Amino acid sequence: MLRSVILFPLIVSIGLPLVVRFAGHEHGGISPSVLPRVLDAFSFFFILGSAYLPTAIASYSLVGEKVEKSLEPLLATPITDGELLLGKSIAAFLPPIVAIYISAGVFMALINQFTHQTLGYSYFPNWTMGIILLLVVPLSAILSIQASVIISARASDVRSAQILGGLMILPFAAIYVASEIGSVSLNANNLFIISAVILLFDVILFFISTKTFQREEILTKWT
Amino acid sequence: MIDAQNLTKKFDEVTAVEGLTFHIDEGEVFGFLGPNGAGKTTTVRMLCCLISKTGGEVRIADYEVGNTADSLKIRKMIGLVPDNVGLYDKLSAYENLDFYGKLYECTEKLRKENIEHFLKMLGLWEKKDVAAGTLSKGMKQKLAIARALIHEPKVLFMDEPTANLDPEASKTVRDFILELKKENRTIFLNTHNLDEAQRICDRIGILKTRLLTVGTPQQLKESLGGVKTEIQLVQFNDAIVSAVKKVTTHKVEISENKLIIDVANIDTAIPTIIEAIVSAGGRIQSVTELNPTLEDVYLKTVK
Repeated sequence: MLRSVILFPLIVSIGLPLVVRFAGHEHGGISPSVLPRVLDAFSFFFILGSAYLPTAIASYSLVGEKVEKSLEPLLATPITDGELLLGKSIAAFLPPIVAIYISAGVFMALINQFTHQTLGYSYFPNWTMGIILLLVVPLSAILSIQASVIISARASDVRSAQILGGLMILPFAAIYVASEIGSVSLNANNLFIISAVILLFDVILFFISTKTFQREEILTKWT
Repeated sequence: MIDAQNLTKKFDEVTAVEGLTFHIDEGEVFGFLGPNGAGKTTTVRMLCCLISKTGGEVRIADYEVGNTADSLKIRKMIGLVPDNVGLYDKLSAYENLDFYGKLYECTEKLRKENIEHFLKMLGLWEKKDVAAGTLSKGMKQKLAIARALIHEPKVLFMDEPTANLDPEASKTVRDFILELKKENRTIFLNTHNLDEAQRICDRIGILKTRLLTVGTPQQLKESLGGVKTEIQLVQFNDAIVSAVKKVTTHKVEISENKLIIDVANIDTAIPTIIEAIVSAGGRIQSVTELNPTLEDVYLKTVK
């Protein structure tokens, strides 16, 4: 779990700037007209990360308690279902978000360093990255956590919970592909619309997770 | 402290427990004996508000089990030692207890005091910084008991606390339960161990889906007919039987060279019988008091 939380941001924050630095090096690098589109596309990797990274922790959250056989004493404490789900969600939310924000800082600094001469200005920070980091990334993380916790409450083993949780990346990957083939433009307006849709699903999944969390079913069918 | 009336639990078509009615006083240690699948764990889970009841009523102190508003209050005043210890292996013994202390909303001062108190009491203080996963089975069990006590619950539910422990660890746990008994805590103990139940429990209920019998260990044993006396003779003849029957009205069973007499008072009744045997020419090898055991009661009840 910890490996993916560290590795993915590391690759994105250092690997992608290095691609920008060395791509087309023999022909003078990526042309200034193409570069902004490439950088915006790379910025979307942070959304993919926020959709994927929390699933590793969140999908382990409840099914992991089953594996450790620690669920019964935990459920015997005076915590409500909402508190339990919130606690599990916060634990899955904070480490990936911190990792993504740190890696985004490194990514922006390196990109500015490598592209300033070509573009004549520092590309980051900009509105698009701001919306991505402050809006889309946390909302996507919450969405994947909600889905993963619901899956974790029903899965019978950690592996299947993590595989199913990992599927949360697919809708975001689809948006990315759509942007690459020109079907969707990832400008500020569209990012706001995407954020609103994700927020709606966040709320829906929150209600589903609290309404469908059944202590009795989890206890009697898991042990 | 605990009052159950007609408590029933069904899982779809399967009835796990049916019509349990019992009362447990404050400070009492109540043992639940029963074979595997008798419904002991299901009963504890219902009482701990972990699973719902299908029928009946239960009150713990002033709170009603099954009432959503009361469930949190009940969980605050009880402690549970489940059959699987369920510790967090990567956390230290101290951290495990501290985490649960926080869940029970204990103050930092109370957590510190209780963690030290219980770890010292259970001989685990030296291991406080050791990862729980590396502790022995006995130590883990003791840590699970300390975890259940961290918030000083009024009622403690223990589900097979000495199962899978070696005799020494079992004894430590049993001694600890006896210490808790002195603190006037109400303890509900699920166990397979008849000797343990006899030594620890004030009263015992024998369960097999239904509650078959309840009583003190002594009452349960007396229900089998009480104490008998066995007189082993070298040789046996009709004159001896006649002589014995002349001096006692108690029931006399004859088995090979043994006389088994339904009389408990060796000091008063037995000397007369022995005198009669000797007068009839009998030679006595031994005189033994036969006590029915809890095992006899258990086996007869669950049959």
